[in-house]
Amino acid sequence: MDRKIRVLVAKPGLDGHDRGAKFIARALRNAGMEVIYTGIRQSPESIVETAIQEDVDVIGLSLLSGAHNILFPKVVTLLKEKNAGDIIVMGGGVIPVEDISYLKEKGIQAVFTPGTKIGEIVDFINEKVEKRNK
Amino acid sequence: MDKRIIKSEKEKWDKNTVGPFIQKTPERKNLKDSSNESIERLYSPLDHNEDDYITKSNFPGQYPYTRGVYPTMYRGRYWTMRQYAGFGTAEESNERYRYLLTQGQTGLSVAFDLPTQIGYDSDDPISEGEVGKVGVAIDSLDDMEILFKNIPLDKVSTSMTINSTAVILLAMYIAVAEKQGVSPDKITGTIQNDILKEYIARGTYIFPPKPSMRLITNIFEFCSKNCPRWNTISISGYHIREAGSSAIQEIAFTIADGIAYCKAAVNAGLDIDDFAGRLSFFFNSHNDLLEEVAKFRAARRMWAKIMKEEFKAKKSKSMKLRFHTQTAGSTLTAQQSDNNIIRVAIQTLAAVLGGTQSLHTNSRDEALALPSEDSVRIALRTQQIVAFESGVSNTIDPLAGSYYIESLTDRIEKGAFEYLEKIEKMGGVVAAIEAGFIQKEMQNSAYEYQMEIESNDKIIVGVNKFKIEEPPIKGLLKVDMSIQKKQCERLKKVKERRDNIKVDNILKKLEQEANGNINLMPTIIDAVKSYTTIGEISNILRKVFGEYKENIVL
Repeated sequence: MDRKIRVLVAKPGLDGHDRGAKFIARALRNAGMEVIYTGIRQSPESIVETAIQEDVDVIGLSLLSGAHNILFPKVVTLLKEKNAGDIIVMGGGVIPVEDISYLKEKGIQAVFTPGTKIGEIVDFINEKVEKRNK
Repeated sequence: MDKRIIKSEKEKWDKNTVGPFIQKTPERKNLKDSSNESIERLYSPLDHNEDDYITKSNFPGQYPYTRGVYPTMYRGRYWTMRQYAGFGTAEESNERYRYLLTQGQTGLSVAFDLPTQIGYDSDDPISEGEVGKVGVAIDSLDDMEILFKNIPLDKVSTSMTINSTAVILLAMYIAVAEKQGVSPDKITGTIQNDILKEYIARGTYIFPPKPSMRLITNIFEFCSKNCPRWNTISISGYHIREAGSSAIQEIAFTIADGIAYCKAAVNAGLDIDDFAGRLSFFFNSHNDLLEEVAKFRAARRMWAKIMKEEFKAKKSKSMKLRFHTQTAGSTLTAQQSDNNIIRVAIQTLAAVLGGTQSLHTNSRDEALALPSEDSVRIALRTQQIVAFESGVSNTIDPLAGSYYIESLTDRIEKGAFEYLEKIEKMGGVVAAIEAGFIQKEMQNSAYEYQMEIESNDKIIVGVNKFKIEEPPIKGLLKVDMSIQKKQCERLKKVKERRDNIKVDNILKKLEQEANGNINLMPTIIDAVKSYTTIGEISNILRKVFGEYKENIVL
């Protein structure tokens, strides 16, 4: 039997809005994935460390304070530095449309904004992980 | 009329009139409120006993204040229209405040950025990316002086959304006022200062519960003597609701927090009537208009009972639940964002029909960014239209006596008291938070709500029904990326200019006092007057008090 997909749901930055992160964590778990949730106020460094320690396939970053353009790319850079660039990074929160293309350029593979159906996120993860493992 | 007659007539109506009708045209299924309680088809005199009028409702301004805390409510004075604002530097925020005051706003409400709220200076590495984002960046008194420049603090009342660092920001406010020639006993306003809901829902805590409660009690004591017109706390259900709780949970957990603050202050030797009159509350106003009105009424009745019966308060002021309301940010949609104006209008009506003392209306673009000036103006105009044109404020508590509103008020009160009992049995609200009970209850509600949207059992207009293709919204407010640099430069200059030996000595004194048990407020006021920064003061307190670690509950 295949190993379950492992996801780290993480909150970088200082904002305490964790309703979305906790919902996603629970919904992905109910979709059959192993989910680890970091809690709020995590530095990019500690997120990357946890991701490597926990051997995750995917990191989901949630941020609502507006600091995403700085903190999301930092996670991707640190992953590459630690030879963990194969971990898929996605993001969500209050992210203006014009920032999404910038974030994608910086290696965030998908940005899910409010109103996204959970099924869409599950499909994205399954597809990306499958493709990567081929 | 004899209830027996009504009962038998209702049974006949159910059988002869409703029965055949719904066979042909069935009703919608699963009609329920935010607490998952099903809503009856019809409410009648059978659901509401008017004989209890004096004990349960009474007249406005009289115990238990169900119909309002003041005898004339909005016939005398409208609620305070108070828009929460702040971003970027102190200069930019000062400009926005002065704009809002010229547009007829009647009180200020300051939003601070996250580093300020969590006790870090703008040059702290942990502040990276967050400076000036969700509010204004304040490092020292220098910033605070700019923030209130040309705003007369003896005329304007100011609400500050600040919690774990409330003691520092209040000290700064007192210092700025003094520089304007306004003495502490003249300032009016509110600090949020509600740490318990930070552990539950909002997340800007620093210290563990015990030293946090000490700081709060220090503020109560200091203000009861020196700032008699200042509201020392705003016990907040707003963020609990935003995090996904039901209406019942919102008031239950908020009142549980309120009880904990009163107990802490009484245990510290304060007399309930010396501080209770300065406690204020802060609630959310959601889309379910009738449920919200009942919620506000139930909260007033509960608090009055608790203060009178449990805390033996004697002054009527101690029993009055006065509250600020904000419309529900979490109900705003990124899709077809102009629709949010309508949502906010409904929520405004709920707050006003519920008897709020002040109100912030959210702006249509807040699901996307901080609001633009145009959006904020529409939000303020929404309040003004409800006040001046709708007529709902011309008589007091106009929905009272509605069979549904009255029975719902009773039901919410009952549900919330059941929670209070459970929390009491767990050893109080701090124990319930540490056990993860409150977070879990709230998260379950949030999860169910979201799943209902996922399955289209709950319709959100523009999100899962009535969708359109739309281009990205233009004219969103963007916070200048260079702000962190600017702020760090200013901080550097302040540190060069001030008397650093004096600052060191005050910090040493603060450390000593924090290790003891005297009131820290006077020394913190001295510290900010010497331009000691928020980060410096907070770091000393971190060293002495330690830091709170979140109990992660999924």
